[in-house]
Amino acid sequence: MSAPLVIVGTGLAGYNLAREWRKLDSSTPLLLISADDGRSYSKPMLSTGFGKQKDADALAMAQAGAMAEQLNAEIRTHTRVTGIDPGHKRLWIGEEAVVYRDLVLAWGAEPIRVPVGGDAAVQVLPVNDLEDYARFCQAAAGKQRVLVLGAGLIGCEFANDLTAGGYQVEVVAPCEQVMPGLLPVEAAHAVQRGLESIGVGFHLGPVLNSLDQAGERLLAELSDGTRIDCDLVLSAVGLRPRTAMAEQAGLDCGRGIQVDRLLQSSHANIYALGDCAEVDGLNLLYVMPLMSCARALAQTLAGNPTSVSYGPMPVTVKTPVCPLVVSPPPRGTLGSWHAEGTGQDLKVLCRAADGSLLGYALTGTAVQEKLALNRELPPLLA
Amino acid sequence: MKKWQCVVCGLIYDESEGWPDDGIAPGTRWEDVPADWLCPDCGVGKTDFEMISIG
Repeated sequence: MSAPLVIVGTGLAGYNLAREWRKLDSSTPLLLISADDGRSYSKPMLSTGFGKQKDADALAMAQAGAMAEQLNAEIRTHTRVTGIDPGHKRLWIGEEAVVYRDLVLAWGAEPIRVPVGGDAAVQVLPVNDLEDYARFCQAAAGKQRVLVLGAGLIGCEFANDLTAGGYQVEVVAPCEQVMPGLLPVEAAHAVQRGLESIGVGFHLGPVLNSLDQAGERLLAELSDGTRIDCDLVLSAVGLRPRTAMAEQAGLDCGRGIQVDRLLQSSHANIYALGDCAEVDGLNLLYVMPLMSCARALAQTLAGNPTSVSYGPMPVTVKTPVCPLVVSPPPRGTLGSWHAEGTGQDLKVLCRAADGSLLGYALTGTAVQEKLALNRELPPLLA
Repeated sequence: MKKWQCVVCGLIYDESEGWPDDGIAPGTRWEDVPADWLCPDCGVGKTDFEMISIG
């Protein structure tokens, strides 16, 4: 039997690559390896589950067994790769060696953990995959007050969704506005006001110093001295691409595992895509670039080398109380932001000195202008 | 006229509205949407949409 294509990771990246590649190659053996239970689910839906009263089982779309059948693949679940040996084209699962024809790293990114003091610090829960979500749902059952760490895209989405699910939410983050680095200040204020209008409390500036058990509840103490009673704490302070094992194997890594436009790492026969990959210098943690990579890499792995390209990549942020679409200006461009509109309905455009559109942030009813504006945007990877 | 939702990102394709930006006229039934049409928000294909009923 010929050596299989091995994909490490069964998130959107791993499964979508497998699906696209199977359309082109139905005979080469395929092995997927997952540290989790291998259920297929959509990560963006994790921050919409509470509002729809959906637990982890309801968000799961297919079991690993069904995926194995659909993909004509072997799927090894609850299995951790422990090392990669590029010279011999094999990887290690403990003592067991697995030989590959090509290896694709699609193992995602790791939630950043901030140091927190106090006797209940271990109760700070990240939600970055379906199993995290199941744990969080269990911890949240019957509770009322949630403290969210982080006011980025995921922190804001969860603040909106948990509120829709009946929870009282407070957000703490060491920044001056929500989604810093992604949003111009006018748009950030519109989203924050929207979230405040449904009862979300914001503590922007301080960090969480300590978390202690106080009877049935938790007592959070912030660095500015504020004390907050809560029942549980969700951490959404950001993600870091998983690179450690790739680095050990000698692959070039920067922010993520560095790959070229063919998604090939610094070693032949090893590829990366999704949240762990830095594609031609860009590490974008969104579905659309991931799908572009999956389609290109499927072609390459089927014998038709295909470079990935990115068009404009606007990001829809799921804060229904104040709809938001943002397309940040491409790296290395210089533009200035200008806001128009009133209240929650803002069109904030970033234009270069010559007047060409580089990016935008649209809130409220202005999101309807997205499609027309997309036609003016430059591609992110031409 | 029915509505179809992207199971990955939640985008809704409403048959009565079509998707004029991609040349899909209002009233285009789901089965008549081109097989290679991609979700405008997240880029997944038609197989990742499910029919939904919205109240």
